[in-house]
Amino acid sequence: MNYERYLNPAIAAVPPSGIRRFFDLAATMKDTISLGVGEPDFVTPYHIRNAAINSLLDGETQYTPNRGLLPLRKEISRYLEDRFGTPYDPETDIVVTVGASESIDIALRALVSAGDEVLVPEPSYVSYSPSVIFAGGTPVGVKTDQSNAFRLTAENVRAAITPRTKALILPYPNNPTGGIMERADLEALAQVVREKEIMVISDEIYAELTYGDNTHVSFASLPGMWDYTLTINGFSKAFAMTGWRVGYICGPAAILTVLNKIHQYGILCAPRQGQVAALEALRMGRENGYEDVEKMRQSYDRRRRLMVDGFRSMGLDCFEPLGAFYVFPSIAKTGLTSEDFCARLLNETHVAAVPGTAFGACGEGHIRCSYATGIDKLNIALEKMADFVNNL
Amino acid sequence: MTKLDMELLDLLQEDCRLPLEKLAVMTGSTVTEVAEAIARLEEERVILRYAPTINWDKTDRDRVEAMIEVKVTPQRDMGFDAIAKRIYRFEEVKSVYLMSGSYDLLVLVQAPTLKELALFVSEKLSPLETVTGTATSFVLKRYKEEGVIFEGDTPDNRLVISP
Repeated sequence: MNYERYLNPAIAAVPPSGIRRFFDLAATMKDTISLGVGEPDFVTPYHIRNAAINSLLDGETQYTPNRGLLPLRKEISRYLEDRFGTPYDPETDIVVTVGASESIDIALRALVSAGDEVLVPEPSYVSYSPSVIFAGGTPVGVKTDQSNAFRLTAENVRAAITPRTKALILPYPNNPTGGIMERADLEALAQVVREKEIMVISDEIYAELTYGDNTHVSFASLPGMWDYTLTINGFSKAFAMTGWRVGYICGPAAILTVLNKIHQYGILCAPRQGQVAALEALRMGRENGYEDVEKMRQSYDRRRRLMVDGFRSMGLDCFEPLGAFYVFPSIAKTGLTSEDFCARLLNETHVAAVPGTAFGACGEGHIRCSYATGIDKLNIALEKMADFVNNL
Repeated sequence: MTKLDMELLDLLQEDCRLPLEKLAVMTGSTVTEVAEAIARLEEERVILRYAPTINWDKTDRDRVEAMIEVKVTPQRDMGFDAIAKRIYRFEEVKSVYLMSGSYDLLVLVQAPTLKELALFVSEKLSPLETVTGTATSFVLKRYKEEGVIFEGDTPDNRLVISP
């Protein structure tokens, strides 16, 4: 049967994720070392897992309020205020969602009407543009590049704004580039936002993972920007809680009320045990100075240095990432496209990396390598890649 | 102890074959700084040796291990140190710890056969004049040592590639 006439052509036309092809290929190989994994290699800390187990044993198996357990929202509010200086009222300004992914989706659906444009920096996380399309809008790519440390410049944003521009997605620290935005970069951007009055959807899921002297600056903490910002964050990356699917979105109550309708009718609530675990993560973190997070961050930092050095030793141009857990070296020198490089690398050395083009056309010439993998494996992967590059 | 010292100890405990160059890169130091720090840690006997963790059960070598709880009479002016020293000098003894609780010293002993181990207890350890009692427990199976799990890999449940 031909189902084409039943399907929504706008959705059917969205290409599948560029990651998919490599996943299928890599999954069939036995001894693959994967640098393609977009999640921590740590297991969720024991006390967090235990909190969820106890909650189950206590019979806490019911729905939670739509916006999430109030004690969790209160902890989120304290956490954001303490760590990033962004005040959010737990009663009205926060909705707990199924991962940060749901937050992105409902934020876009709450803001975007048919024909609206949303600025999406490139390269960036694979789901922004499809989510804009699913919301009925048009994604407009804004390029970032290595010469500018993959930061989003106010000029490029300004140039991309049209009368139809509704919002800007601000994905920093960035997946896949590891780029960050420093305060001065954000201030320049704030000027444009103030002038053009567009909303900013700030995806800060990697906020805890910054390196060197850089601590994350939350866009909503800039003077006047709170009113224009929806801040998205979650527990997956900082607390190694990807599979729990708990994230949250914060912003002005008038927007959250509308956005919460989509969440309420579509999802009802994020899973209860995930919320209980998240609550434990924040409570304990506040008490022990976010010990778990800091330990993991330091471990990523060592591996980050190892990877940058490894790629530079191969003679490849490798930008120093200052956030997240990815390196995004340029493989342009090899003369191969990103796709060809990754396909041959996988076939010939069984090392899996993700072509930069999976994150937008301007990722061409780069590959994304996650360093959330053991040092022993990273060293083997680097050796294999060095051989591969030398023999090209 | 500097921050670098602690970082080096963490890294070396995970893999003591990491070359100086990699250690330098990962800690953001120079090779000279790393070499000097390690030399100092060795000299101060913070780092005692570089040895692999071996699963002997998978080899052809027979050996028996036991943990012996030892009660002793502490000696005047010497406390437990003198008797501990006498015990740790036996080549069968792998480790000796002074313990809190119902006994004084925990002695980890290793011998090629059960008979030899029994002989060690009856002829070497028990006759020591300050030893007032021993309780020997044999190791039946080793699951984890030095943070390494012996049997069965911890699976990586992650998807091979994820966004």
